[in-house]
Amino acid sequence: MYLYDEIDQRIVDERVRQYRDQTRRYLAGTLSEDAFRPLRLQNGLYIQRHAPMLRIAIPYGLLASYQLRKLATIARRYDRGYGHFSTRQNLQLNWVRLEDVPDILGDLATVQMHAIQTSGNCIRNITTDHFAGVAPDEIVDPLVWCEVLRQWSALNPEFAYLPRKFKIAVNGSREDRAATRVHDVGLHAVRGSGGETGFRVSVGGGLGRTPMIGHVIREFLPWQHLLTYLDAILRVYNRHGRRDNKYRARVKFLVKERGAPEFAHEIDAEWTHLKGGPATLIPEEVERIAARFVRPAYEALPARGAELEARLSTDAGFARWHGRNVHPHKVAGYAAVTVSLKRPGSAPGDVTAAEMDALAVLADRYSHGELRVTHEQNLILADVRQRDLAALWGELRALGLAVPNIGLLTNIVACPGGDFCSLANARSIPVAEAIRERFEDLDYVHDIGPLDLNISGCMNSCGHHHVGHIGILGVDKDGSEWYQISIGGSQGEHASLGKVIGPSFAQDEVADVIERLIACYLAHRDGDAERFVDTVARIGISPFKEYVYGNAHQERSRAPRQLAAA
Amino acid sequence: MATLIRNARVRPDSWRLLEGPFDRLLIPAEDGLLPDLPAEPLIVPLALWLRRRDDLVERLPHVGLWLAADQDPQSAAADLPRFGVIAVRFGEFADGRGYSLARVLRERHGYRGELRAIGDVRRDQLYYLASCGFDAFVLPDDEDPRGALAALTDFSDAYQSSVARPSPLFRRRLSGACA
Ligand code: SF4
Repeated sequence: MYLYDEIDQRIVDERVRQYRDQTRRYLAGTLSEDAFRPLRLQNGLYIQRHAPMLRIAIPYGLLASYQLRKLATIARRYDRGYGHFSTRQNLQLNWVRLEDVPDILGDLATVQMHAIQTSGNCIRNITTDHFAGVAPDEIVDPLVWCEVLRQWSALNPEFAYLPRKFKIAVNGSREDRAATRVHDVGLHAVRGSGGETGFRVSVGGGLGRTPMIGHVIREFLPWQHLLTYLDAILRVYNRHGRRDNKYRARVKFLVKERGAPEFAHEIDAEWTHLKGGPATLIPEEVERIAARFVRPAYEALPARGAELEARLSTDAGFARWHGRNVHPHKVAGYAAVTVSLKRPGSAPGDVTAAEMDALAVLADRYSHGELRVTHEQNLILADVRQRDLAALWGELRALGLAVPNIGLLTNIVACPGGDFCSLANARSIPVAEAIRERFEDLDYVHDIGPLDLNISGCMNSCGHHHVGHIGILGVDKDGSEWYQISIGGSQGEHASLGKVIGPSFAQDEVADVIERLIACYLAHRDGDAERFVDTVARIGISPFKEYVYGNAHQERSRAPRQLAAA
Repeated sequence: MATLIRNARVRPDSWRLLEGPFDRLLIPAEDGLLPDLPAEPLIVPLALWLRRRDDLVERLPHVGLWLAADQDPQSAAADLPRFGVIAVRFGEFADGRGYSLARVLRERHGYRGELRAIGDVRRDQLYYLASCGFDAFVLPDDEDPRGALAALTDFSDAYQSSVARPSPLFRRRLSGACA
């Protein structure tokens, strides 16, 4: 956890005061709706279907237990007792009152939190790998850089009124768990030949209605130049990005229009004016920020205790959870644990206030008082002693939060969709629930193996359906809700976009279609190690189409399931 | 009456902004001479400046320049020190191009004179505008000048390097020069 110093705190406090006055003037009628809109958006307040929604920033997904307790208190006091973790590592409260928001922000500030720039046409919350700082394949710890960027982006006076929102992701490991290539800017931390830190910079990625994979415009940006280079990108975008059509206003369109090499040139030309200037980073600052991060003091523990081994070999339920929800840690004797927020009867990513309090207790007891929010809408306890895993599992089970489905089909990523969001074409949550119910048989789900299933209620793609191995998109046909299904998308370093399999489906057909896609996969997969998405890549989408749309295979579609369950 | 705030005080405005169609100023009369310009200090649009530069220099002891948010001052770069004021026009307040333009004028072209925000300029943008180098603001009639002045001190410090504080907070933290 990065701990604010008094200046960090004062800036956040002053922001609350400023927004309190803006809200007061809005309510008094002296600040117009139009003038107020970007101000409230940049303080996290978004007006949606039923009520204003407040999106609280969880910078780079890192959350302390005392902050989670505060969120629980806020959810109880100002909302309906729950919150929703979004795919951008933020927390959304769906039922706040506009006039309460200044007080909520004031409460957040007491635990060093805010809602700054979680919405609006500005630089949004910086996201990163949810295993940052603990991943065994880590090259550079991204957390310090994320905080450097949080400070640079927070209340940045030049870039508060961009053509459109701007999202930056940082990854520091070999594997890209931050989806950098589908961000406006992706920063992939790497080491230079002499071991020095730098960043591979990609630009122009993004999902939304015109999904694009980002282009690498600089292979190695030495860390000192991180901010000036970003200033150059943002300035070129701010001055030249389209403002006449909000559907073509993201930086990806500028990159596409100019071509990536030309765009890179333009950035370089701008950068010559900024490079080496006062915003050039200095080692003292990087060290200062690193020192303000409270890091666990790891004990010297054996790599894997006999007790754990014994438990794994005798307790199948524990072993299954361990296999899916426990992840390697760079320190011997430790592990990272995913708390699945994908369970029966609850929308993906939703957590009640009581669960927040309970998880805060578990974080204190088992993981140095910290949690992470993942872009798959789960929580992570990142520093658990392996010898505590069994006890933690027991406690999570008691809370109903030990569903062993991480990386599997039922770990469904879904945006709030039509139940909450006014932009939606269709609802996401009932579809997620129907699929989860259809695939209730855990053995079967494990047999299917790794599969990312993502649902977005509209083209804005908050559920990242383009990069789901199976993606479901809500579409509007003659005013009713339909679902378009794509397959073959993937995130990570080799991100790819899914292909639509054909005409859309009604809500009650979706679970059937998923079942047929799975049946096709199981019939064609080349051994257990070949994932769904690999099979799609190998055989193409036609066989899948045939399973879904062709009548011939309908009867066969349930057979593999019965086999697996037998 | 629009309010002018300059250097954090409400001031009378002696400049006249030349906007709208100015083509008639470019069409020579029958005697072949260009029409007279108004006698008062004028803030002229970039296009007029580029086309009647010499004439304007000769006739106007005080001249200012105004730029639309999408214009590049490069074409008038050598003349910038000449202007008593440069104004940047915000078509709508949510169009942020003027912020970058202000920084370019100040930091790249080294313009040190009065830099004015005109157009859709409101108190809730003043802090960021001032950070980016504006030192004068023309506010619409319905904006309370006292509130606007107060907005200039919404924050006591900022992280970034800006025109108002070229040294970013991380450098000032080292030297103990934070607000
Ligand atoms: S994808 Fe569409 S429906 Fe879903 S949250 Fe985003 S805007 Fe709303």
